[in-house]
Amino acid sequence: MKICVLVKEVPDAAVEKRIDSSTKRIDRSGEKNLNPFDTHAIEAAMQVKEGGVVEVEEVVAVTMGPESAFRALHKAVSLGADRSIHLTDEALAGSDCCATGHALAKVLETESPDLVLLGQQSDDGECYTMGAIVADHLKMPSLTQVIKMDVAEGKLTCERQAEYGYDTVEVDLPAVISVGDAINEPRYPSLKAIMGAKKKQLDTKSIGDVGIEADKVGSDGSRTTVLAINPPPEKAAGEIIEDEDTNETVEKIVAWLDERKLLA
Amino acid sequence: MSGILTYALHYEGEFNTNSLGAVSEGAKLAKEIGGDAAVAVVGGDDLTDDLCSSLGKYGASKVYRANAPEGLGAPVVDVMAKVIADEGYSYALFGGGLLGFEIGAGLTARLNAGVTMEVTEVKAQDGKLVAVRPILQDSAIVDVEYVSEPGIIIGRLNAFDVQESGDGSAEVVDVDIQLEEHSTKARMVKRGEQRGADVNIEDAELLVAGGRGLGSAEGFELCEALAEALGGAVAATRAVVDAGWYPYAAQIGQTGKTVAPKLYLAAGISGAIQHKVGMQSSENIVAINKDQNAPIFDFSDLGIVGDLNKILPKLTEAVKAKKG
Amino acid sequence: MAGRNGRAAPADFPPPVDSQGEFIKRELDAEDELIEVGVAIVGGGTAGLACANRLLALLAEDPALLESLGEVPVAVIEKAKTCGGHNLSGAVMRPEPLERLFPDLSREDWRREGFAFGEVEKEAVYLTPTAKRSLKIPTPPPFKNHGNEVISVSALARYQQRIAEEAGAYILTETSATQLLVEDGEVKGVRSGDKGRGKDGEPLGNFEPGTDIKAKATVLAEGCWGHLTGPAIREFDLGRDREPQTWELGVKEVWKVPKALDRVIHTIGPWPVSTRAKYGQVGGTWIYPMKDEKTGDDLVSIGFVIDLEYADATTSAHDLLQTFKTHPLVRKILEGGERVSWGAKALPGGGYWSMPKLSMPGAVLAGDAGGMVDTVALKGVHHSINSGILAAEAIYKGLTDGSTDFTSYEDAIEESVTGKELWEVRNTRQPFSKGFFIGGPLVNLFIATKGKIPVRLPWHRQDEKPMFIGKTSKKYPEPDGKYIFDKLSSVFISGNATRDDAPNHIRVQKSVPREVAETWKWMCPAGVYEIPDDAPEEGDVDVIVNYTNCVQCGAITAKGGRLTTPEGGDGPLYQNT
Repeated sequence: MKICVLVKEVPDAAVEKRIDSSTKRIDRSGEKNLNPFDTHAIEAAMQVKEGGVVEVEEVVAVTMGPESAFRALHKAVSLGADRSIHLTDEALAGSDCCATGHALAKVLETESPDLVLLGQQSDDGECYTMGAIVADHLKMPSLTQVIKMDVAEGKLTCERQAEYGYDTVEVDLPAVISVGDAINEPRYPSLKAIMGAKKKQLDTKSIGDVGIEADKVGSDGSRTTVLAINPPPEKAAGEIIEDEDTNETVEKIVAWLDERKLLA
Repeated sequence: MSGILTYALHYEGEFNTNSLGAVSEGAKLAKEIGGDAAVAVVGGDDLTDDLCSSLGKYGASKVYRANAPEGLGAPVVDVMAKVIADEGYSYALFGGGLLGFEIGAGLTARLNAGVTMEVTEVKAQDGKLVAVRPILQDSAIVDVEYVSEPGIIIGRLNAFDVQESGDGSAEVVDVDIQLEEHSTKARMVKRGEQRGADVNIEDAELLVAGGRGLGSAEGFELCEALAEALGGAVAATRAVVDAGWYPYAAQIGQTGKTVAPKLYLAAGISGAIQHKVGMQSSENIVAINKDQNAPIFDFSDLGIVGDLNKILPKLTEAVKAKKG
Repeated sequence: MAGRNGRAAPADFPPPVDSQGEFIKRELDAEDELIEVGVAIVGGGTAGLACANRLLALLAEDPALLESLGEVPVAVIEKAKTCGGHNLSGAVMRPEPLERLFPDLSREDWRREGFAFGEVEKEAVYLTPTAKRSLKIPTPPPFKNHGNEVISVSALARYQQRIAEEAGAYILTETSATQLLVEDGEVKGVRSGDKGRGKDGEPLGNFEPGTDIKAKATVLAEGCWGHLTGPAIREFDLGRDREPQTWELGVKEVWKVPKALDRVIHTIGPWPVSTRAKYGQVGGTWIYPMKDEKTGDDLVSIGFVIDLEYADATTSAHDLLQTFKTHPLVRKILEGGERVSWGAKALPGGGYWSMPKLSMPGAVLAGDAGGMVDTVALKGVHHSINSGILAAEAIYKGLTDGSTDFTSYEDAIEESVTGKELWEVRNTRQPFSKGFFIGGPLVNLFIATKGKIPVRLPWHRQDEKPMFIGKTSKKYPEPDGKYIFDKLSSVFISGNATRDDAPNHIRVQKSVPREVAETWKWMCPAGVYEIPDDAPEEGDVDVIVNYTNCVQCGAITAKGGRLTTPEGGDGPLYQNT
């Protein structure tokens, strides 16, 4: 079995996020890290590999991102991936969800994976459930919000969070599974693994290498445009009640809640 | 192309609030830009004519019904893709929710369409729809327009209000669907299993949060009683979790969970920024604290300066009485 | 043990730590378990990276030696998420050592790279006798900064990291060095920290033990008394015949301002500190203009530094900085602006006489770890760079000769600008312990005579100072969240994201007299130490340690506790401090 793990480099949670007002895109300078949800995906891949139920030939980390994204791949490799692929090309800059999904699917096609794993969302919150987009392009079944995954020959039995509770779903391989952070506790890489990451095979690919047409990606290929960026609306000043007669205070609170349909 | 096709999720004979909100929104927007407001529903025999046409109450003129597995994303993608291709809808609208995101995303790929997620508002501008969504942890709001049709709009959970309009009954049209091969590769084994113990506070609409002002672990009993009366869940600040008064799963704040419920009632919480960032997007913030200078009063919608030991029990009783 | 006459010295309540037992490992792991590198540099700050930069430049010209060092010729071990994440300084830097380190860069290049913010053209020094008045005085010699450059050490480290990586260094971020490897009386490397331990040190599900990193030469560039420097000084008796080290604590904010500041400002008090000798408060401030080339923003770096020698337990460097901001001189500069950064860091204040011996078999001390800071002029950055360069040169020579004796480094420091400058000002801080009015003139005497008076003035250990509860805290302004800030919101913008169940890295005695507890509570800029509301007024109190707030400034080590090695990746993420 070959497992591909899609990873993404995102701004570190501690870095103040800014919009570059000239390009209307997120200012991506500043510290970046491997998307925390993706570490769960890598851990899930490693657990399948080490689980012994199916034979996994290799775990490949794949990312689409600017030059600096190779760090996310190094991190993925230090956590156990065998090699990595970096899809990077100026033509990809400004890709929206649709274009990104298309590009990722194309690069995955070249690998013919049996299982694609990724985190169910990224810290910069741009596109939830990228997995579902990629899966449809690849014509594979997809499941998101997965918090438990048992693998057997040719299929998976997954538990996932849904509207009404937890669903148990059987999925035939090949498949794309997006995992939640409750699925596992990612391991820490050993120092040896961190230092060895640089030596593992890293293939850099441009759009031409994987058959992506330039007009399907980037700002040109995107199907949405940002019209405006505004600061969030000012919150009106709140009301303050000094409690003297508690019965009266409580009546006021209940009326307030009721007015806002919070006591339905 | 014209009109809006909305997805409605049903379970045990009812459409959920989230979906009804989306249907209402779809109807409202269709009026503004012209075209039909229709709904797609997918499931089995429990999708009766009555149930489906009841969506007319919320403004839907037509309901496309397909017999296919429930609770999974891919079959719905197949259905909606077909309806949009056959009938020419300009927009696909989802009330968010976990499944909504999955279906919307799949549809994005299928139709090579633009998609906006976590939408909090939709505007009609020159006969087209513009989706408004927050980004970067709610620190900015963007307006997004679609370059081509159809456009896919996936709302934030419960972003759209349920509104009754229309005459009460929509036309039900059965869709004959041939599922794609890959849409049959996932099979539901067990649906909607409840796991009572862990209430996921991120999904709760009403939260009662307790902080150091509760005085002791026992103080949380007051919060739990109020939460139960309101039909919500209990959350906690980092300080009290550290002190062992409440479990980590309920922690809100910089290193805990981020929530945006309809109501966040903070009892005995000062409102320090590490906590604030975890809940500042809550729709309605009510704070009870005996210190009138507590920072939480700077950003609460309703602040009560008083003793929570006196207020919480009475509030619980009053809420129970009101709800009857 | 209760306080005597309302006074208690933190030194009487030493932290539960066995320096040499815990932080020195005397037997290396087996060959196949450890990692072998050429040179291990502990600390990815200004000095450590300068050493890496210089060493790799030398090795680039010496391919044979480079190859002999193996796959990892230089490894830099940095506990923050990135180099620069834990670095903070004023700073107005003397340019020469950095020019020597990167001879191909111009000052314009520095600014374009984002770590330099303008050459000092105008400067002013003020006395602040009261909260409202200021008196401009002729610039005393230590404060003459004409020609120097305003920089950010946090941004500089990021630049140096990039250059080091491009030159072949392995920069191991999020990695702490928790033990010094010592075998046969020689330093053989360091051991990296464990990951995945819980609150009480218990291994969690994803526990990953550290690794022995064996090196031919080790550089301890941990900054202000890092974690291995102390044990090394004890192990190799590097403090013999020297004065004890003393510390100062600096708290800094960076503001974006509507109107550019046109000069570098220092104020030397006495306000906001007390002039009463009993209080023992010696402190000053800085206000530096920063022009950000990348964004075009006008920024201001403002900070307050206090000697940790003080005796009033309610002294709080953070709150004194907030107090300082209420002065009209400062309001004029910051009004209408927005705070963008905050941070705190301790620095070594003992100067020349407190500098330890800088080398031991197999290792050297560089930068603040070696105490190379001139605290009168607030100059340490160029010394860090200079010492890093000299350490690299000494190690290069040692590697070439196959020797682990780096004593030539000590002479090199002595003869360099670092040795000379620190010698000149070697007696200029101690007199302040006699109070501002008596000490002041003495300090001036020593400065005016450029250190020619042959005398050695002693220091004493700061934690031995008996603390009393005074009135300094009464002058602190109330936070308003816009101009005056509380500690918690300040910790928040430092980017502190310490894991909630990370092991507690702070060692203090749990139950101490109120005077000691109050000292810690007020001193700590991050609000780590709390006294429970129901603690008794008399007698001992049980201190609450909110260690996840810790920004690792290091001050606690000076006043009765010990900051031990935190888990790698924790702590603040300074950007432009």
